[in-house]
Amino acid sequence: MKHDDKKCSVAIIGTGNIGIDLLYKVRRSSEMYVKYFVGRNKDSKGISIAKKLGVKTSFDGISFLVENNDYDIVFDATSASDHVIHAPIFRKLDKKVVDLTPSNIGNKSVPSIKINTKEALWNANMITCGGQASLPIIDAIVKSGVMPDYVEIVTSIASDSAGIATRRNIDEYINTTESAVKSFFGIEKVKVILNLNPAEPKVNMQTTIYCRISNADINVIASNIDKKVDYIQSYVPGYKLALKPIYIDSILTTSVMVSGSGDYLPEYAGNLDIITCGAVEVAKKMIKGEV
Amino acid sequence: MKRVIISDTTLRDGNHAVDHKMTLEQIEKYCCEVDDVGVDIVEVGHGNGLGASSLLVGLGAEHDKDMLRIARKNLKKTKLGIHFIPGFGRIRDLTIAFDEGVDIFRIASHCTEVNVIERYINVVKNEGRIAYGVLMMSHSLNKNELIKNCKLIESYGADAVVIMDSAGYYLRENVKERITCLVDAIDIPVGFHGHNNLGMAIINSIEAIKSGATIIDASIKGFGAGAGNTQLEVLIQVLNRLNISNSVSIKKLFNLVKTSESFIKTYPNIQPGNIMSGNHGLFSGFCKHVEKQSKLLDVDEYDIYKALSERKVVAGQEDIIIEVANELSRGGLN
Repeated sequence: MKHDDKKCSVAIIGTGNIGIDLLYKVRRSSEMYVKYFVGRNKDSKGISIAKKLGVKTSFDGISFLVENNDYDIVFDATSASDHVIHAPIFRKLDKKVVDLTPSNIGNKSVPSIKINTKEALWNANMITCGGQASLPIIDAIVKSGVMPDYVEIVTSIASDSAGIATRRNIDEYINTTESAVKSFFGIEKVKVILNLNPAEPKVNMQTTIYCRISNADINVIASNIDKKVDYIQSYVPGYKLALKPIYIDSILTTSVMVSGSGDYLPEYAGNLDIITCGAVEVAKKMIKGEV
Repeated sequence: MKRVIISDTTLRDGNHAVDHKMTLEQIEKYCCEVDDVGVDIVEVGHGNGLGASSLLVGLGAEHDKDMLRIARKNLKKTKLGIHFIPGFGRIRDLTIAFDEGVDIFRIASHCTEVNVIERYINVVKNEGRIAYGVLMMSHSLNKNELIKNCKLIESYGADAVVIMDSAGYYLRENVKERITCLVDAIDIPVGFHGHNNLGMAIINSIEAIKSGATIIDASIKGFGAGAGNTQLEVLIQVLNRLNISNSVSIKKLFNLVKTSESFIKTYPNIQPGNIMSGNHGLFSGFCKHVEKQSKLLDVDEYDIYKALSERKVVAGQEDIIIEVANELSRGGLN
C-alpha cells in the first residue's frame, strides 16, 4: 500500500468497535494513515476489516508494537487495565499516545480547549463522552468572564450504545467526568448524572449543562457557546445545540445533542463518536505540535 | 396467605411531593412515632434516592447522611431503608448508608437496564446487608421480559424483587398477570410499588398480594410523586377486612396520620397532568417539573406530556422537559 510520505503513521491497538471506528476515521484524514492494527484475538471482526482495507494486522498485542516500532502515534482502544500496562511501554518507545480507555493516566484532553502544559503532551486521555460534550461549553462560559460555583452535567445515551464495560463502570464514568471539571476549571462543586434510555428508535446522546452563576450576561455567553459549537462541529459533525442557554434564578441551563458520523459505529452512538472524533483531532494537534 | 411486609415510602417518595425539601425535624418526628405503629420498613431520603440531590431533579433540603442518622436514631423496631439509582448515586453513597446503619438497600434501575444494578447489589451483599432489586417503570416491559430481568436480579443475589408502577399506568389485570408469573418464576419475595395516577393504587396493591406479592410499598395519605402512592391507612384497613396478615396497628397508624398533618398538608389528588402522565406511561416524578415549565413558559401541560411521550424519556431525563417546553413555547414541535 502506498502512502504519501508526508503522512504520519498510526498504530491502533484494540480491535473492538472503538478501534474499528478509529480505523475508518484515520483513513479519511489527510494527515495520518493506519500502519498497524493490532489486537489479541485473531478472530476479531476488526482484524478482518483491517485486512480487507489492506492494513497490516497482528494479534500479538503490545509485543508486536514493541518489535515493530516504526510508527509515530498510537491510539489505545483496549481497556483501562490494559492501558496501565501499555502506557509506560509506549513512553519508553518515545511514542505519543491517545488513550481512549478510562484509565485516567494521561493528560485529560479536549480538542477545543487549549491546555497549557509545560512539557509536550505524551499521553492524551479522552476523559468520557459526557466530558467531551460538556467541557467545551463550560469553557465557553468561563471564557465569558464568569466562574460558576456549581456545575451539573446530565447525560443520556441510548441503551444499546452502552456496552457491558460502560455499565459496570458507571461510578468511574461519574468520577472521571467530575474530576475533569475540577482540574480544567477549578470548580469544586460538581455533580454528574448518567441515564440510559432504551427507546426505539434509539435516542441520540444528549448532555445538559447546568451552571450556577451570579450576574451572567446571557448574550455574551450565548454567543461564546455558539462559536464553540461551530468549532466542535469541525471535528464532531453531529454536535449541535439542543437548548440555547437560558438563565433563570442564577442557573444557566443549556443542552447539546450528539449524533454519530456513522463511520462504523451506528449513528445514534454519538457518545462513542465524540470520543473517536476527539481522539483523531487530538492526534492531529500532536502532529502539528500544537499540544 | 403469608404476612405482608409493609414498606413505608412517606419519607422518600413523599419527598417528591415537597420538591425534596423535607426537613430533619419532620423526619425525626415521623420516625419517632412510626416506630410503634408496626410498619416493617421506613424508607428515608431524597425522592430519587441516595446522591440524587441535583438541579436536574431537585436539590434536597438536607444531606443524605443527616437524614439517615436522625431516622436511625429514632427507629428501634422498624427497619431503615434507602432507594438507590446507579448514575445518580455511587458506591461512596452506599458507604455513607452502611455507616449510618441502613438495613435495607433498594437498588433500582429503569426496568430494561437491570444489569447496571449488579455491581451495587454485590457491594451491599458483601457488607452483609439486605438488598432488594427494584425495577422502575415496570409497565414498559412485557411479562416475559420482566420475568427475564427479575431472574437476573435473583441471580445477582438480591433478597427480593420489587416492581414499580412508577407511572401509575397499570390496571388490575396487568398487575395480576405480571405478579402471578413472577412469583412462579423466582424464589425470592416479590414486591409491588403502586402510584395512583389512574386511581388504581389500592386495588392494584391488593391484586398484587392476591397474586402472591409479599412486600407492599405505601405511604401516609399516599404522600408521593405525582398523584401519590398507595395510601397506607386505606391499604391496612382493606387488608384487615380481607384478613390478610400484617403487623400494623391501625389505631396507632390513624394517630400518625393526624400528627403527620404538620407536614403532609394535603392529600395528593389526581390532577389532569397525573392522568396524562399515567396514561402516557411517564415517570410520576415529572409532575412538578412539567407544572413549573408550563407556568413559566405558558405552555399547555397536555402538549408537554404528549411531546415527552413521543421522545420516550425515562426517569432522570427531567432536563428534556425544559428543552421540550422551550421548543413548544417557540411554536416548535408542531
